[in-house]
Amino acid sequence: MKVVKGSHKVKLGLAQMLKGGVIMDVTNAEQAKIAEKAGACAVMALERVPADIRKEGGVARMADPIKVKEIMRAVSIPVMAKVRIGHFVEAQVLEALGVDFIDESEVLTPADPFQHIDKHKFKVPFVCGATNLGEALRRINEGAAMIRTKGEAGTGNVIEAVRHVRVIKEEIEALKRMNAKQLAKKAREYGVPVKLVERARKLGRLPVVNFAAGGIATPSDAAMMMQLGCDGVFVGSGIFKSAEPEKRARAIVEATTHYNNPEIIAKVSENLGEAMKGQDIAELKERLQERGW
Amino acid sequence: MPKVGVLAMQGAFIEHIKMLKKCGVKAMEVRLPEELAKVQALILPGGESTSNRKLLKKSGLFKPLAERIEQGMPVFGTCAGAILLAKTVDSKPGFFKAIDISVKRNAYGRQIDSFEAELKVKGFVKPFHGVFIRAPIIEHIGKNVEVLAEFGEKAVLAKQNNVLVATFHPELTNDTRIHRLFLKIIEQTAIEGNALNKN
Repeated sequence: MKVVKGSHKVKLGLAQMLKGGVIMDVTNAEQAKIAEKAGACAVMALERVPADIRKEGGVARMADPIKVKEIMRAVSIPVMAKVRIGHFVEAQVLEALGVDFIDESEVLTPADPFQHIDKHKFKVPFVCGATNLGEALRRINEGAAMIRTKGEAGTGNVIEAVRHVRVIKEEIEALKRMNAKQLAKKAREYGVPVKLVERARKLGRLPVVNFAAGGIATPSDAAMMMQLGCDGVFVGSGIFKSAEPEKRARAIVEATTHYNNPEIIAKVSENLGEAMKGQDIAELKERLQERGW
Repeated sequence: MPKVGVLAMQGAFIEHIKMLKKCGVKAMEVRLPEELAKVQALILPGGESTSNRKLLKKSGLFKPLAERIEQGMPVFGTCAGAILLAKTVDSKPGFFKAIDISVKRNAYGRQIDSFEAELKVKGFVKPFHGVFIRAPIIEHIGKNVEVLAEFGEKAVLAKQNNVLVATFHPELTNDTRIHRLFLKIIEQTAIEGNALNKN
């Protein structure tokens, strides 16, 4: 019997299974277990959460394989891990470790000034960040099975996450008003086949699963991103940089499921302790969202 | 015509709604007990079973859903949904214990071992395209469980009374045949229910 492993279909399939869920950044087995217990649909294994990467500076790289393995052993939900933009060998290493999803992430220091990873070459699915439609479609064209709008990681400030979702939405709306010639021109501008632009126009959304990320810190933040049309949310520093991670993690998971139900969001938002302090975008020395293109 | 619910805690519930609509059936997302009360059958979709379990308890859906299943409401679980319906999961008592099977989670391995394969399904002329994503394996089946398809000598589609489970994802294809199989179960249950009421 013919069996096909690692096809584009099964890569897209795992992304589908994550929908409606919350993917949480974790830096060790203990946090991973807390996330799983709270109902996370996957965890992102990291050495440092974005808020700390931002604070400590230096070159941020793929996590130590021992760390990733420790987290993979600790939980039964899918484990994701980050590689630097363009760093295809870090991606090969993560694939060899057997992680379930690779995030080619602007949160780490980029490794290639010219190219993102050719993701078609891998059996593991990739998620990539995007701030606009062109960027999202370029990543999909390179083989990304999932897109996360970038937001501004490590800030606890949702404004950039909202900006990127709204920008992509608006750009897809604009496609609907274009004729064939204008679409072809747009595809050239984006640097992707016209087929892909037509697909986004026909679907009225990105042609892959689209999660929100970067700055989500409260249950209301998560529900807002869902109401804006995202398929799920990533929460990075927002959980383990808050006063009571367990409670907050549970609350964000519930708010994501019941995103259209303000009574439930109100109830789960009660008494969560302090959220991460967060930062104004204007005060940032560097915007991580500007990494990649 | 029956209204079919799709459990919408987390996972690929929209894909099931689309399949049901393609079959010409009314479908709705179910997140709360009052929504469950409006449907005559329920699909438990693929997603993360641990995440779904937590959310089912939190939303107050677990008890009423367990009762409806007990009363014979037709249910169809795909992948994580099948795990939720199984009697035994990873050698421990299952969640709804609605079908006499033991499943092992993520039994083929991690995501790199996810696969596609053609399946021979009982009663279907052409094979069905099976998409297996971090799928569970049905290790044992009880004597009242009917196996409708196998892969590698293990059941991947099985039925006991009004409970249907698949370890793969028919909702990720354009093929509605397995959903129609479930609709037949619903129809049959309705006929039997009416006969019972008349008696």
